[in-house]
Amino acid sequence: MNVRFDQPLGESQPDNPSRREALKLGGLVVAFLWLGGGAKVLGRAAAQGPVAAGDAAFAPNAFIRVGTDGAVHLVMPSIEMGQGAYSGQATLLAEEMDLGLDQVVVEHAPANRKLYANPLLGEQATGGSTTIRFCWTTLRQAGAAARALLVGAAAAKWKVDPAQCTVARGVIRHEASGRSLGYGEVANAAAQLPVPDKVQEKDAAQFALIGKPLRRVDTAGKVDGSLQFGIDLRVPDMKVATVKACPTFGGKLVAVDDSRARQVPGFVAVLKIDNAVAAVGEHFWAAKQALDALDITWDHGPNAQYSTEQLFKDLAEASKHGTPIPGKAVGNVDGVKGKALEATYQLPLLAHATMEPQNAIVHVRPDGCDIWTGTQVPARCVDVAAKLTGLKPESIVVHNQYMGGGFGRRLFEDPVEQAVAFARQVSYPLKMVWTREEDIAHDRYRPAYYDRIAATLGDDGKPVAWTHRIASGSVLATFAPGAMGKNGMDSDAIECAADVPYEFPNMKVEWVRHDMPEGVHLGWWRGVGPVHNVFVVESFMDELAHAAGKDPLVYRREQLQKNPRALGVLNLAAEKAGWGKGSLPARVGRGVAVAAPFGSYLCVIVEAEVSPQGEVKLRRAVAAVDCGIAVNPNTVAAQVQGGLIFGWTAALYNGITIKHGAVEQHNFNDYRMMRINETPALEVHLVDSKEAPGGIGETGTVMAFPALFNALFAATGVRLRSYPIDRAALVQGPDALKAVITQATDRAAAAKEGMA
Amino acid sequence: MIVLNINGESRSVDVPDDMPLLWVLRDVIGLTGTKFGCGIAQCGACTVHLDGAAVRSCVLPVAAVGTKAVTTIEGVGASAVGKKVQQAWLDIEVVQCGYCQSGQIMSAAALLAATPEPSDAEIDVAMSGNICRCGTYVRIREAIRQVATGQKVAPQTLPNEAPNQAAATGQVLSFVRVEGVA
Repeated sequence: MNVRFDQPLGESQPDNPSRREALKLGGLVVAFLWLGGGAKVLGRAAAQGPVAAGDAAFAPNAFIRVGTDGAVHLVMPSIEMGQGAYSGQATLLAEEMDLGLDQVVVEHAPANRKLYANPLLGEQATGGSTTIRFCWTTLRQAGAAARALLVGAAAAKWKVDPAQCTVARGVIRHEASGRSLGYGEVANAAAQLPVPDKVQEKDAAQFALIGKPLRRVDTAGKVDGSLQFGIDLRVPDMKVATVKACPTFGGKLVAVDDSRARQVPGFVAVLKIDNAVAAVGEHFWAAKQALDALDITWDHGPNAQYSTEQLFKDLAEASKHGTPIPGKAVGNVDGVKGKALEATYQLPLLAHATMEPQNAIVHVRPDGCDIWTGTQVPARCVDVAAKLTGLKPESIVVHNQYMGGGFGRRLFEDPVEQAVAFARQVSYPLKMVWTREEDIAHDRYRPAYYDRIAATLGDDGKPVAWTHRIASGSVLATFAPGAMGKNGMDSDAIECAADVPYEFPNMKVEWVRHDMPEGVHLGWWRGVGPVHNVFVVESFMDELAHAAGKDPLVYRREQLQKNPRALGVLNLAAEKAGWGKGSLPARVGRGVAVAAPFGSYLCVIVEAEVSPQGEVKLRRAVAAVDCGIAVNPNTVAAQVQGGLIFGWTAALYNGITIKHGAVEQHNFNDYRMMRINETPALEVHLVDSKEAPGGIGETGTVMAFPALFNALFAATGVRLRSYPIDRAALVQGPDALKAVITQATDRAAAAKEGMA
Repeated sequence: MIVLNINGESRSVDVPDDMPLLWVLRDVIGLTGTKFGCGIAQCGACTVHLDGAAVRSCVLPVAAVGTKAVTTIEGVGASAVGKKVQQAWLDIEVVQCGYCQSGQIMSAAALLAATPEPSDAEIDVAMSGNICRCGTYVRIREAIRQVATGQKVAPQTLPNEAPNQAAATGQVLSFVRVEGVA
């Protein structure tokens, strides 16, 4: 097993070069890495070869299968959930193999940690904006090795020097003799050659695919309805279930009266587990009608009085009286003289609300189990099914599927666990589909945070002391307890708080752990640790700039002089946005934020308008991005655009609240999403860079919050330190709301007159 | 039995009158391109055409369809407008996860069929019933403008069949997408 989650943030190997290297990458890496050499482990396992090779003639490693017909199948270690991962991975492999992207067939990897573990996460998982960062080496090596073997086989057949051979679109040529062979024609011969230890990858100047806005490999089937997501699959003899778990976290099922449900046409069965009930029908509609007709008695359990108010009271208490764990200490923050400022930030629980509701088809048989689902953690789905059914892991097959959004939700296999628990009670394949209401009520929520932050400004206005105490629950503690630091630190909780782009002479960052009550589950959410910390850090930097009487962008620029890449994106965004140029109307403001999450550098400037009544309108946004080499610049731009909207959605509307131990939101009516009419003009500018790729999928979301809130401050002078945005706090004055009422009255009166 | 006209074909289904069209399409007929997102007409993932008008099939009882022609994402490409919309979606690379895009394309095709040159405000109104969690709204606007104007209004993807020759060295990677600039 290559599972690395049981190895803590390693004091044991302080000088391990791989660890140092990976630490520089940022993001979830710090949380999960503990590999010292994980890439090597993966490489070795992969080189052992064709566990998943099937009938392919040539399978030099876990990722590449070449048939004698020339078909090239690429097995993707990271799953596609919209972020363009398949296209990015295929591009890296195709680049080194000199193939066109249209010539490759992409496949989901089977559950197999040995072959497909992500070395940056130490697990077969897609997350933490790590795919391109780890594949940049792993897959280019795999592709280069495959090409070397195929070319070597052709050269041997022709008895020529392989260096004299060229490849274009999978055809090997020896120009001098005019001979050529397709990959398929030498696949059998190539399979007999020893896999080389190390092959030189292409130089950037030779890139034919990397850096071009190639069309994604997965989108054609997404515009005509032909591509199937997990929820679309139908297997023979399956029945469809929909579920209701106890709305109160940690509650239990007591009794179910199904007499009314049995009258529903298409009703099949009612299934029970300790905290949930499933209605099974011939189709979803029958199942849903039957579920709604059940009379269910719940034991609401120990959290029946739990509430959001209690949660924040507990977090504030923990922050004041809990035991802080040191995250970063530079100099001494005590006794520093100057202008002192402090603030408290509070961030809500958040749901993922993937467009495709949670679902899985599970068929449990005496001799094995098949699971069809879209998951970011296929090997964990096998684990949980094995545990529940008692079947051997090797008899459990996960058929991974395209996902209608992940955002971290499908890093948690609880829906699969639940589906297995129901499916093992029946002989037929059971397709379980959650309603949207179930999806909102039983998510793995982004943690709530309570941050106390303080700074002391020197005579020049720059911070000479910076203190940041974070109080929160821990995702890592349940997701990968073995990866917690020996001192109890959750490195995700302080990511981008301990490592800010600025240099402060005295700095103290610490974390206080506060566990949620039993049954309230926390999860990774797009942007993970940085999405919380960058909001607090960049909002507070804005507060400091204003306290120092400086332009917030100029203030940041002064303190980024030793950080050229951060400075680069700041200056680029300022130029493109026309920062400081022209004048803005009343109650329109611009906000800036800069950060370096996931190994990339971003600066985002938002221009927002606030109506006298406190309604917020985004007018324009400019993002400058330095993510190193952009494997597909079109996808990078798309991820930043979409990531920003994902973040602004939460800023504008979202916050999961709990009353009587249950979530108060239900569906998109009360857990709102930003819509097209609220979307601002949006520019993304990429810095031309030769650095190795950084992560990109979560970066826009991280930047969205502080850039918007700083714009709201610039527009109104009101500093908001929590979300969703409190419109009441942004109302211009007592007369503003009256104005709306008067206008409405006038319109009503006018309408009446018009009719008369 | 209820008889439906779906993508030009007659289909007979034995289902309750109050069953929403969405589930008839997905679970009875097997046309799974039309998606379930919310079940309460809030997200638009289930959008289909009824005699050319965009409707939310998750709240439309199948018995209310009557003789009206139902068009789904699987059939929309048969119309000239539908085909152009699908192509623009690929050329601009609107799609991310793709789950909402069936509904987005159906709403866009209905808009463009009725209003071949919609204003930005008309685009916003027609498309505001469709949620995209991946946040592809900027490109949805661009793709609709591209169909309406016949002009390339945003950076285009390169078809993957392009011969893979190395670009000249020092290729500029800067990729700028400016909203609203043709």
